[in-house]
Amino acid sequence: MHAPVPRLELLNVTKRYPGVVACSEVNLTVMPGEIHAVLGENGAGKSTLMKVIYGAAHAESGTIRLNGNEVRIQSPAQARRLGIGMVFQHFSLFETLTIAENISLVLDEPFDLAALDIRVKDVSQRYGLPLDPRRMVHSLSVGERQRVEIVRCLLQSPKLLILDEPTSVLTPQAVQKLFETLRLLAGEGVSILYISHKLHEIKSLCDRATIIRHGKVTATAIPSQETPASLARMMIGRELPVCRAPVYTGESRPVLSVHGLSVASDQIFGTDLKNISLCVNSGEILGIAGISGNGQAELMAALSGETTVDKVSIVLDGKRVGHLNAGQRRARGLVFVPEERLGRGAVPAFSLSHNALLTAHRKGMKYWGLVRYSKAREFADKCVARFDVRCGGSGADARSLSGGNLQKFIVGREIMLKPKVMIIAQPTWGVDVGASAVLRQALLDLSRNGVAIVVISEELEELFEISDRIAVLAEGRLSVAEPKEQSSAESVGMKMSGLFDESQAVSTEAADALA
Amino acid sequence: MHLLEPRPRPSRLMRWTAPLIAIVATLLAGSLLFWSLDKSPLASFQVFFIEPLTSRYGWSELLVKACPLILIAQGLAIGFKARIYNIGAEGQLIAGALAGGGVAIYMEGSDSAWVLPAMVLAGAIGGALWGALPAWLRTHFNAQETLTTLMLSYIAGFMLSYMVSGPWRDPEGMNFPQSIMFSDNALFPLLFEGLRVNSSVFMTAFAVLAFWLFNARSFMHFQLEVGGHAPAASRYAGFSSKQTVWFSLVMSGMTAGLAGVGEVAGPVGQLNLNISPGYGFAAIIVAYLGRLHALGIVLAGFLMALIYLGGEAAQVSLQMPFAITGIFQGMLLFFLLGSDVFIDNRLRRSA
Amino acid sequence: MLDILIPILAGALAAATPLIFAGLGELVAERTGVINLGVEGMMLVGAVASFAAAAESGYGAAAGLPAGALAGAATAMIFAFFALSLAANQAACGLALTIFGVGLSAFIGQHYVSYSLPGLKPIAIPFLSDIPLVGPVLFQQDAVVYLALLTFAAVAWTLSKTRLGLLLKAVGESPEAAHAIGYPVIAIRYGAVAFGGALAGVAGAYLSTVYTPLWVQNMSAGRGWIAVALVVFATWKPARLLLGAYLFGAVTILQFHAQGLGIMVPIQFLAALPYIATIVVLVVISRDRRVLQNNLPASLGKPFLPWPS
Repeated sequence: MHAPVPRLELLNVTKRYPGVVACSEVNLTVMPGEIHAVLGENGAGKSTLMKVIYGAAHAESGTIRLNGNEVRIQSPAQARRLGIGMVFQHFSLFETLTIAENISLVLDEPFDLAALDIRVKDVSQRYGLPLDPRRMVHSLSVGERQRVEIVRCLLQSPKLLILDEPTSVLTPQAVQKLFETLRLLAGEGVSILYISHKLHEIKSLCDRATIIRHGKVTATAIPSQETPASLARMMIGRELPVCRAPVYTGESRPVLSVHGLSVASDQIFGTDLKNISLCVNSGEILGIAGISGNGQAELMAALSGETTVDKVSIVLDGKRVGHLNAGQRRARGLVFVPEERLGRGAVPAFSLSHNALLTAHRKGMKYWGLVRYSKAREFADKCVARFDVRCGGSGADARSLSGGNLQKFIVGREIMLKPKVMIIAQPTWGVDVGASAVLRQALLDLSRNGVAIVVISEELEELFEISDRIAVLAEGRLSVAEPKEQSSAESVGMKMSGLFDESQAVSTEAADALA
Repeated sequence: MHLLEPRPRPSRLMRWTAPLIAIVATLLAGSLLFWSLDKSPLASFQVFFIEPLTSRYGWSELLVKACPLILIAQGLAIGFKARIYNIGAEGQLIAGALAGGGVAIYMEGSDSAWVLPAMVLAGAIGGALWGALPAWLRTHFNAQETLTTLMLSYIAGFMLSYMVSGPWRDPEGMNFPQSIMFSDNALFPLLFEGLRVNSSVFMTAFAVLAFWLFNARSFMHFQLEVGGHAPAASRYAGFSSKQTVWFSLVMSGMTAGLAGVGEVAGPVGQLNLNISPGYGFAAIIVAYLGRLHALGIVLAGFLMALIYLGGEAAQVSLQMPFAITGIFQGMLLFFLLGSDVFIDNRLRRSA
Repeated sequence: MLDILIPILAGALAAATPLIFAGLGELVAERTGVINLGVEGMMLVGAVASFAAAAESGYGAAAGLPAGALAGAATAMIFAFFALSLAANQAACGLALTIFGVGLSAFIGQHYVSYSLPGLKPIAIPFLSDIPLVGPVLFQQDAVVYLALLTFAAVAWTLSKTRLGLLLKAVGESPEAAHAIGYPVIAIRYGAVAFGGALAGVAGAYLSTVYTPLWVQNMSAGRGWIAVALVVFATWKPARLLLGAYLFGAVTILQFHAQGLGIMVPIQFLAALPYIATIVVLVVISRDRRVLQNNLPASLGKPFLPWPS
């Protein structure tokens, strides 16, 4: 009786980039019909490993075997021919083309859009991911775009399907649907490589897991026999840190209120904001859940002042500030930490002290239009020390810092402005677990000092950990904020599909604001 | 086709040596050019670069050409830092020349000492206005300044042509398209007998100092740099991009206008169709070659002036067309852009 | 009145021809996300190369046009090396190309300043050229004008109906996505830039061997820049480019017919009209950010340096 031949084998695969070893001596085995998780925190090397398998990157050493035969995968096109399909975390879709046109660019066949239309409809129906091939990609939601990526792979009848962090863009309900599709495929003999850091999902979906830390395989496991805590321990090498959240005992008064905010998006394929209302009190953290593409960027820009709106829509500590820009609002105590660190929160080519000037220049760094660079350096030095930013000193370029350290610097810089309100988007995106814990604790401490905080995040677990109240942003509308205790992942998931009535939000929040 | 990979951190060495590499590469390419024309490269370079510097007259000419280049480039540089591409400095130069020259023509007959200062002021304002126009078009209509400044440059040329062929034509000029020669109080006084260098040199020197201070210390300069590096960060910080656009276009228009007055109240001495041998465009290269740095621009300005002088000398001694300067300038800019890339990137080490 | 109108309309099409060629070439390059501001330089190099080829070979425009195309494509390759392989700033590289091209063409051209060429006679298309008004305007043009219209048809069809056109559009929107899928983005852009250079060279060749069959330094007089502006005005759509080129051709022609039309305005103003018109169309098209954003190839002008594998 022959032992079954593994679909995919990686033996001692190593991949280097200038200055860093991304994958080191990685061994991985996937059987036909198996759903195999690759688990690791941000920056562990998972995506790089997948690029090697998919031919988008070349390993320096090691062997790859497909169905028992050694292969050298030189390009994505060759990978596709070998039966490997990849659904990227950041989609490779062209917004100004239709679904069928997008798919045709990946297929190695004669150009016939009409025939492709039919095939797309067929395949998408069969696997529970219905699509209309004539639609332009820019009109699709993020979840629908993922469907296009998956269908694009399926049309080539892959034997190995790789999914890189597929569920960060899905509602809890859509996640279940995806799992159904994947189980269907596995039943047909397709092997699935599932890259994620979401422990609950891996437990419920995957047959086996390979855990990667700092580019090396540290363990393999059978998820059904482990707990999320034990998986986490394997993933980061220690216990998952827990945040301390003492009860807030200070004065509670509305510091930031928004009522009836409606803004047309200034991006071509953006989401307009419709009648948004919210209210945040001092000492409170308001979490806003939602998948990207539902108006988060527009809401952030309107709150921070990067987009100015009409005067009365936004009230900061009793004053109407809707018409003020980001600098003016910062001067009045509203600070903002954006999700793009490099290029928006900080200038990549500038040193940390110059980046301190970016928002802290009002703190004694200017006189008569001239700059006091020494004061900027002092400020940056203090920030680095206080928030444990690992860098080469305040003269280091922002782009030389790791994601976590740069985020600590930016958050620290804004905290040092002694704000009344902080708005922060995706606080731990791309940040390692250690720095994430520090950041979440910093936010909790800040709020317990009387600062009102608004957190927008795609990570539900994070929101449930630090927020006092949670609202949901869907299709440009905001639901009523509920206390965390009265909320759950399921109820939030329902609201993410837009099933809520925000008119209640308008009346209660507006009443609070005008009181 | 992929030759490069990013460096872990930018190379300090390259930042300083890129201009030198560009110059050497241009010289090498130039040698090939001369060699292909059956002219000895060494002898040609002798004529081109060395001979102009062997006499007092040569050095004076070098200053005469370098000053407008340096002046214009200072203004352009602050715009380039903010990624605001003013390529119509030639037109702004003409506008300043027209304004200043207009004052000279209008005040013909007066011997007041205020005529020259008034001309300088008029030139600055004229150039500033010609820079303000594309600024307005950009802030109000979102029209990119790259093309509008260039179009305005052609239009200014036509305006000049009209004025010196019509209303301002010298009645005793035998119908040539030129104005009267300006009288002594409407000209920058010469510094030395027999040499063309004049007191506008001090205007340029003052500008260099002013821009050097501005670049090193002012908050406005910081805002410009942020705007050029990361426009999203500029919005995040609350810096006004409109202010940046107005400031850089008006400032570079003003310096170009001053350079224009410097020419017509200096070596040219009147308004005619040849007030500038393309200083407005050459200054773009000077700005980049000088690393957008106030003092670097001074060095680069002298080098560019030398290329101009060399071109003139080559016309006489080597029977080459003056157009050869354009070839050298173009090559220099290409090689500079190419070497600059190696600050942040390096050749791919093959696997 | 009609006998003034017909020469103006017919002359407008001839005057539009260099803009059509250069504009189509730049449009294709920009579709893939590359902005090449060196059109003026490429046009001039094409003009001088074609003039030299025509003069030396004795075959006139028949030798001139291919020579112009080759010369234009060759100079475009210089730009492509710096802007694509080295990923240097595209706007500055284009400017360098213009400065270089102006100088190079003047340098080569000094030998040909006093030459003259026979030019091309208009070809009347049988039957069609007898239609009143439309006939003499559209169907009594020289061969190169017809070639321009054919080129327009070919480019328009390729861009909208073929896989190549789709690919160009995709690369222009997101070279990162195209690269991730496995397409050779840089090679595709090289091809588009070469095509743009060839057409710019043909535009210049038309100017120097047919339109005004002689060589003068700087003879394109800014048409290369106007072509770049036309691509913006056309919102990267070939049909609109054709219309815009024709309108500009009419404006250019106007200065020669002003007296006949009784317009008493200084000739410099009329000569400046095309440049003023360029500013006007830029303003009109740029005003509405959405129109631009909807049609702009999203990666236009941004250097593409993929993290190498």
